[in-house]
Amino acid sequence: MGKRIGMEVAIAVAEAVGLCDIDMAAVYPITPQSHIAEHLSDLVANGEIDAEFVTVESEHSAMSAVIGASGAGARSFTATSSQGLMLMHELLPIASAMRLPICMAIANRAVSGPLNILNDHTDIMPQRDSGWISLFVENGQEAIDLSIQAFKIAEHKDVMLPVCVNIDGFQLTHMVEPFEMPSKEEVEKFLPPFVPHATLHPAKPVTMGAFAMSDYFTEIMKAKNEALKSSKKVILEVWDEWARLFGRAYKPVETYQAEDADVLMLTMGSMGETAQMAIDQLRAKGIKAGLVKLRLWRPFPLAEIKAVLKNVKKLIVTDRAISFGGPGGPVFSEIKSAMYAEARRPLIYNYIYGLGGRDVAVGEFVGMFDKVLADTKNEAADTYEFWGVRE
Amino acid sequence: MNIVENFDLFAPRLINKQELLSSGHRACSGCAEVLAVRLMCKALGENTIIASATGCMEIVSSMFPTTAWRVPWIHVAFENTAAVASGVEAGLKALRKKGKIDDRYIKVVGMAGDGGTMDIGFQALSGAMERGHDMIFVCFDNEAYMNTGIQRSSGTPMGASTTTAPAGKVSSGQKTWKKNMAEIMVAHEIPYVATVCPSYPLDFIRKIEKAKSIQGPSYIHCFSMCPTGWRSPSHTAISMGRLAVETGVFPLFEVEHGHYRISPDMPRKLRPIRQYFKPQGRFRHLKDDEIDQIQERVTLEYQKLMGKAKYL
Repeated sequence: MGKRIGMEVAIAVAEAVGLCDIDMAAVYPITPQSHIAEHLSDLVANGEIDAEFVTVESEHSAMSAVIGASGAGARSFTATSSQGLMLMHELLPIASAMRLPICMAIANRAVSGPLNILNDHTDIMPQRDSGWISLFVENGQEAIDLSIQAFKIAEHKDVMLPVCVNIDGFQLTHMVEPFEMPSKEEVEKFLPPFVPHATLHPAKPVTMGAFAMSDYFTEIMKAKNEALKSSKKVILEVWDEWARLFGRAYKPVETYQAEDADVLMLTMGSMGETAQMAIDQLRAKGIKAGLVKLRLWRPFPLAEIKAVLKNVKKLIVTDRAISFGGPGGPVFSEIKSAMYAEARRPLIYNYIYGLGGRDVAVGEFVGMFDKVLADTKNEAADTYEFWGVRE
Repeated sequence: MNIVENFDLFAPRLINKQELLSSGHRACSGCAEVLAVRLMCKALGENTIIASATGCMEIVSSMFPTTAWRVPWIHVAFENTAAVASGVEAGLKALRKKGKIDDRYIKVVGMAGDGGTMDIGFQALSGAMERGHDMIFVCFDNEAYMNTGIQRSSGTPMGASTTTAPAGKVSSGQKTWKKNMAEIMVAHEIPYVATVCPSYPLDFIRKIEKAKSIQGPSYIHCFSMCPTGWRSPSHTAISMGRLAVETGVFPLFEVEHGHYRISPDMPRKLRPIRQYFKPQGRFRHLKDDEIDQIQERVTLEYQKLMGKAKYL
C-alpha cells in the first residue's frame, strides 16, 4: 500500500502526475496553480521523472505545446487556472476533436473582472462544451487519485479524449492535508504505457487537424459527442478497478444521507465537505436533509442524476458561477434540464454562492435549507438567488 | 534545353526528386507560395514533421478526407504554430530518449503566413525561438491576409492597397513600413536566420538545408508572391519575385551566428523599385513622389544591410 503522508495538495498533485511516467509537460505560471508547475519542474530538475518540461510563454502556448507533444505520441500534462484556462479556451475543442488524451489539472479560480485570485467555478463553466472529460474533486485524496486515473481514462482506446480534473484553488490546492500516496509500483501496475492510435512520425506520415467543410463537419461533431458520451463506461470501469486496488470508490454522482431525504442539496467540489457538516446538524434536529455531490461534469451523468433525485421533494442546487442574464447557475440549468421530462421531479432552488473565494460556513448551508423549507408555498422554486450578497 | 532533357541525370544532385507535397492541392494558379512550400519539402526530405498555421497553405492542402502531405503534418490553430512545433519537438525528444521511438533525427518545422508569424503568431514564435527548440520556423510572407481576403498585416509594404488599408481619395493604402521580421529574429540571437524567395530555387534549397543541419532554432523568411492578392497576372509570380530581389525590396541574405552574408544572387546594382511596382495592381494608385519616398527607404535599408555584411 501507498504511504500515508501530509502534504500541500498542489504539491501532491504534481507528485501524483510524476508517478505516471509522463513524457512531457508544458505549464505557465498562474496563481493558484503555480505550485503544481514548480514542483513538477523540481521533479524534472532532480531527475526524479524523465520528462521534458517546456517553460512556455503563455497558457495558450502551454495547450498548443501539449497538443503537439500528444500528437507525437508523448504522454502530456498541463495545469492552469482562471485567466489561463480562458486563454486556452480556443484550443480545448481542438484537442478533443483531435482525440488527444491530454491531462490537465485546473486549480479553479474566479475569472476577471474584477481581478480576483480566489476560488470559484467561473473558469471551468465556459469550457463546458469543449468536449473534454471534466471531473471535480472534494479533497486532497481525490485530487491525487483522479490525477492518476485521468491518464488511464484519457488514453483508453475507446476514449482517446482529454481529461481535466477540477481542484478548487486555495481551498484545496493550498491546504496541507493527510492522504495516502500510491507507490510508484502500484501506479505502474494500474496505468499501462500509452499506446496512441496514430502519431506524428515519418515512419507513417499522417495528417492531423485537417480542414473539413459542411460535407463532413456534422459527422465529426456527432462522432466526438458519441465518444464523450460513451467514455462513461470506461470511467466507471477505471473507478471499479481503483476501488479494488486502493479501496477508495468513486461514482459519477455521490450521495450523503440522500436515501430518505425530503430535501437535497447538490454541490460540486470542495464545498461538499462543509455542506456535509450542515447535513449532520440538520439531521440532529430531525430534518431529513441529504447531499448530492456531482463528480462527473462531462460526460453529464443523466441516468445517475435522475435516479438520485426521483424521490425528493425539494432540491437546492448550489452554483459557484452564473450565466449572466440567463436562467441562473450553469449547474442549475443542467439539472433542471435533466429532470424536465421526469414524471416525478423535485422543486429546484438555486443559490449562487462562494464567488471569488467568499467563504461559506456550515451555518450558511443550514440557512439555505431553512430558507427552502420555509418556502411552504413554493414561491422561490425555479428561481435563483445570490446567497449572502450585500445589496 | 539540355538540362531539362537530362533532368534525371542532373536534378538529383541539385533537387530531391521526392514530392512530399503532392499535386492535387487547391492553391490558386500562379501561387508562388505553394511552390515555395514544395521546394521547402524537397530540401527537408522525409524525416520532417510540419506544424502549420491556419491559412492558405493549410486549407489548400488538407481538405478532409484528402491530404496533399506525404510528411507528418499537424494543424491546430492560427497563432500557435511555433508553440505546437515546440511541443512536437519536446515530445519527440522525450520519446527518443526513453527509447519509445526509433532514434532517427527528425526536423520539426513550423510554417505560417505573414499574419500567423508577424501579427497573431508573434508571441508564440518569440517564445519558441527564445527557448531554443531544435526546429525551423518558416514564414511564407505574401504581405497580407490573403486567405481571408487581402486584409493588411504588419507584413504589408508601405503604399500597398489592401481590403482593410485601401487606397482611396484621401489614402494611399498601407500607412506603415513593413515589419522587419528577419532582424527581429536576429535579435533573438538564434543560430540561423535567412531570407529566401522561390524565384531563386537553388539559393532557397541551400538555405533550408543549412537550417536543417543546424541544431537549435532557425528562422526562414520566404517572400511568397500572391498574384491574387497583389492584383497581377498569375504568370508573373516568378518574375515578380526576381524583381523584388533585384530592386532590393526583398534582399536575399543569411545570418549565421550573428554574421551577415548577402546571397550571391543579389545584383551589384539595384534596379529602381518602379519596375517592381508597375506590374502590380496593389501599387497602381501611388504617385511619383510617394514612390520616390519608398525608393529612398528601400535604398537606405539596403545600405544598412550591406553595412552589416561588410564586417563579416
